[in-house]
Amino acid sequence: MGEVIEINGPIVTIRQPGIHNGEQVRIGELGLIGEVIHLREKNALVQVYESTESLRPGEQVTGLGHPLSVELGPGLLGQIFDGVQRPLNKIMQLSGTNITRGLRVDALDRDKKWHFIPHETLAVGNPVRGGCILGTVQETESIQHRIMSPPDCKGEIIEHAPEGDYTIEEIIARVKTVSGSVTELKMYHRWPVRIPRPYYSHANTDEPLITGQRILDTFFPLVKGGKAAVPGPFGAGKTMVQQQIARWANADIVLYVGCGERGNEMVDILQSFPKLKDPHSGRSLMERTFLVANTSNMPVVAREASINVGVTMAEYYRDQGYDVVMVADSTSRWAEALREVAGRLGQMPVEEGYPAYLASRLAAFYERAGKVNTLSGKQGSVSLIGAVSPPGGDFSEPVTSHTKEIIRTFWALSKPLADARHYPSVSWLDSFTSYAERVSQWWSDNVNPQWSTRREQALALLSESDELERIVNLVGPEALSSAQRWVLESSVLIKEAVLQQSALDPVDSYCSPQKQFSLLELMLRYHDAGVELINLGVPVEQLIELPFSTELKRLKSSVSNDDLQAFETLADKIRKKFDVMRAEYSQQREPV
Amino acid sequence: MSDLEHRKVSSIHGALMFLKGVKNVAYGDRVVIRNKQGGRRNGQVIKSSAEVVLVQVFEGTDNLDLENTWVRFLDEPFELSLSPDMLGRNFNGIGEPRDGRPPIISSIQRNVNGSPVNPAARSYPREFIQTGISTIDGLNSLVRGQKLPIFSGSGLPHNKLVAQIVRQAKLTGDSTNFVIVFAAIGVSHSDARFFEQEFESSGVLRNVVMFMNLANDPPMERLILPRTALTAAEYLAFEQDHHVLVVITDMTNYAEALREIATEKGDVPSRKGYPGYLYSDLAEIYERAGRLHDHHGSITMIPVLSMPSDDITHPIPDLTGYITEGQIVLSRELHSKSVYPPVNVPPSLSRLMKDGIGKDDTREDHPRVASQLYAAYSRAMDSRNLASIIGAEELSGRDRQYLEFARRFESDFVNQGSNEDRSIIETLDLAWELLSLLPPAALSRVSDEDLQKYHNWDGS
Repeated sequence: MGEVIEINGPIVTIRQPGIHNGEQVRIGELGLIGEVIHLREKNALVQVYESTESLRPGEQVTGLGHPLSVELGPGLLGQIFDGVQRPLNKIMQLSGTNITRGLRVDALDRDKKWHFIPHETLAVGNPVRGGCILGTVQETESIQHRIMSPPDCKGEIIEHAPEGDYTIEEIIARVKTVSGSVTELKMYHRWPVRIPRPYYSHANTDEPLITGQRILDTFFPLVKGGKAAVPGPFGAGKTMVQQQIARWANADIVLYVGCGERGNEMVDILQSFPKLKDPHSGRSLMERTFLVANTSNMPVVAREASINVGVTMAEYYRDQGYDVVMVADSTSRWAEALREVAGRLGQMPVEEGYPAYLASRLAAFYERAGKVNTLSGKQGSVSLIGAVSPPGGDFSEPVTSHTKEIIRTFWALSKPLADARHYPSVSWLDSFTSYAERVSQWWSDNVNPQWSTRREQALALLSESDELERIVNLVGPEALSSAQRWVLESSVLIKEAVLQQSALDPVDSYCSPQKQFSLLELMLRYHDAGVELINLGVPVEQLIELPFSTELKRLKSSVSNDDLQAFETLADKIRKKFDVMRAEYSQQREPV
Repeated sequence: MSDLEHRKVSSIHGALMFLKGVKNVAYGDRVVIRNKQGGRRNGQVIKSSAEVVLVQVFEGTDNLDLENTWVRFLDEPFELSLSPDMLGRNFNGIGEPRDGRPPIISSIQRNVNGSPVNPAARSYPREFIQTGISTIDGLNSLVRGQKLPIFSGSGLPHNKLVAQIVRQAKLTGDSTNFVIVFAAIGVSHSDARFFEQEFESSGVLRNVVMFMNLANDPPMERLILPRTALTAAEYLAFEQDHHVLVVITDMTNYAEALREIATEKGDVPSRKGYPGYLYSDLAEIYERAGRLHDHHGSITMIPVLSMPSDDITHPIPDLTGYITEGQIVLSRELHSKSVYPPVNVPPSLSRLMKDGIGKDDTREDHPRVASQLYAAYSRAMDSRNLASIIGAEELSGRDRQYLEFARRFESDFVNQGSNEDRSIIETLDLAWELLSLLPPAALSRVSDEDLQKYHNWDGS
């Protein structure tokens, strides 16, 4: 037993001989949970995940003997947890609408029976290693949960349970380890959140993560197992982008970590996801989704934990052979939690009050993304997508600039676009991706061999038009040639007909890869045909006056994903009109 | 312990007082301080250890000395007595009457810090509130349970706007009135009087609870005032089933008081000297708005803050914008053009609008009309910039249409009387009148059906 020496906000100094760095402790009469973060002579500094109000010096402290760890087993999906993996629905049953302190709640339901089907290799006498699949349970209608041995397990099976209904506390196998002792395996195990779960090796990854968002998939793609950041000032639509990814990504499992953000955003997901259908499996989205919520009014220290708690659970599903997407909104709040704790510890601030280890902590977090060959011989991936909330929208601040060096896909949100209600407000000038080449094979095989060419053509067109706009703003539109005015016109078309996408429109909210390509290709064909006519001498005004652009801009929401024939109908109409114009001007040219 | 008075003050600086040799004091407890003249002050324990206790004094430490200061630890956190009788009353930051009437006596007492709302217990806000102001109803709709701040600047008419919202806010087809909790932080006497008179003349005074800390009241009290006010709001909303509208003005004064105390405590400063925990601290206040499952009442919050030097990237508006569900930004430029309310449309936003408007709530075309107005106004600003470079005569016909649209948008749609209560249908019809200045081909955000039904293009 130790005792409390000093209370300074969420940092409590305790005296307890023999306590380890990183160990979990229970503090005071209420039993507040905390974690030792610093040892200083006889004292230990503890960061407490709950409010320390009313705590006094002299109250008792108990070390729990283990670091912060999470329970991993069936029953995670569909749940909403707090930053230290306590289920918020259970907490609501215990303490009502507000969260009281010192609650002890298990992450996983101890009473629920799961139907366990042993794997064929689960037999007496068989060797077992860490990460072996012991059997399966149907966790939700769409996800089969693969029960695995803990990563540190090694030995020989001496007994196992037959198929049947078990709670997670019931023993499903006994293993004799090399040292001769017997370990009991259950359907769940614990894993410390600050240690990445082991895997066999890194795997190559060329498959894009399809999110159904044109500007993301077509222009700045991410791969399964990739790492991306979404920075943007407030009101630029970060949360909307993150939610759209969580909704439509072609992953098996989606984990949404709300880190220091609004409570109502969590409610939005909890209430809307069960009603939405996964476009890839046709099942309810909630069957593959779970959430970690440390909203901005919840204790700051648990915010720092929430990101690690989330990524550990994501790795657990990866180890089962699933493609997992973890969306973290927002990593800036996580960094601020680091800063607050560092400040209370009196650590030397480096940039804007952040501690010197900010960059290495960020890198360590994003490094947990990746596609891997798991210990069980399957392939799985964790894709990490972190929102960044730069103060004042300044991308040169420490969190954004460090993140930018680590991630491979950068979806920069732009305030001017958001102010014009151009959503998603992903800027085509500031964003980048280094995965475009790697995914081009997939697009070529599955959608169209022209994908790479068309993508580059569109990006070049956009960047040229930005250049031209600058000229217009200096000297007016009269200075431009006809061809240049057509470029401006086409870039508006691409922005409005392709890049802009309404999350609220049921047709446009998810855009299939095929439709993405068809839309873009149609706009570019329209542009190319226009260029050809201008070269023949058709005045650009005549092209601009054509009635097609309004129709082209509405295609995204008037044509559904399975009705791409409509594109050809419009294309034909355009072609006929252009043919007439071409014939007219070709004759004028050859009056001989 | 609560009867015991200590005289162990070892040092005093700023609003902070250090006590040595007092054992077992609970963190966050309430403290009462008495000096030789018998003057009573309030404080709170902000750091506690076996050797030294640090107390923050709300009324400041002027005229206190080390010898003749008696400190009593009340052994309880800051609590507020709550009763329906609070309506129509006026209190200071720690809930003591300012109106000369007796204090509230009640068996119901709540910790002013509250405890965080379980996100799983929240219910998503989606009921449209009609404020009668076109720029809010039409473009940045407020819903019941939302926190929507007003970003203003010194000299801009935010008080007038807030008073108009308080007067006109109602749910369409619902006659229950809002109960108002009014929290004034560091405001001037004249502003305070303006609001009192407004409440009185519009006849809502008996539905208002006021918490006031005026500009010459102790700054430290500003740290606890919004918490006290929200504790009252939570009681009225979730225990008395009222729909509560909380107006807090001015959050900038709150943040400055927080910086003052943080500096005295020696906290590591981050941007512009504000402490790194400014975000979490503001969030503790703002996140107390909302709706809950199984509760009838709601808390809708309209905090007002003035942007120092009109800078929206200043930490106070910046962090607020990251927490609240949108913002209404006022513009000095429109104000100087005599546009009232001078709402700067492009940076204004309501995040909860999408679920509170449309077919069943306002009108089916509302979401698309709002988006179209934003797009058209943004395009019109480009035309205006161009006109300032090459002159309006050189503009194309389309650009001139946009210029006219922008002019009418500001003078007819944004601008309205301070007593003009426009219904949402009037606002939307007005929007279409303006969109009819533009040809159908320029309106790609609205649907063909909308155009047929509402667009009145004469082809010129």
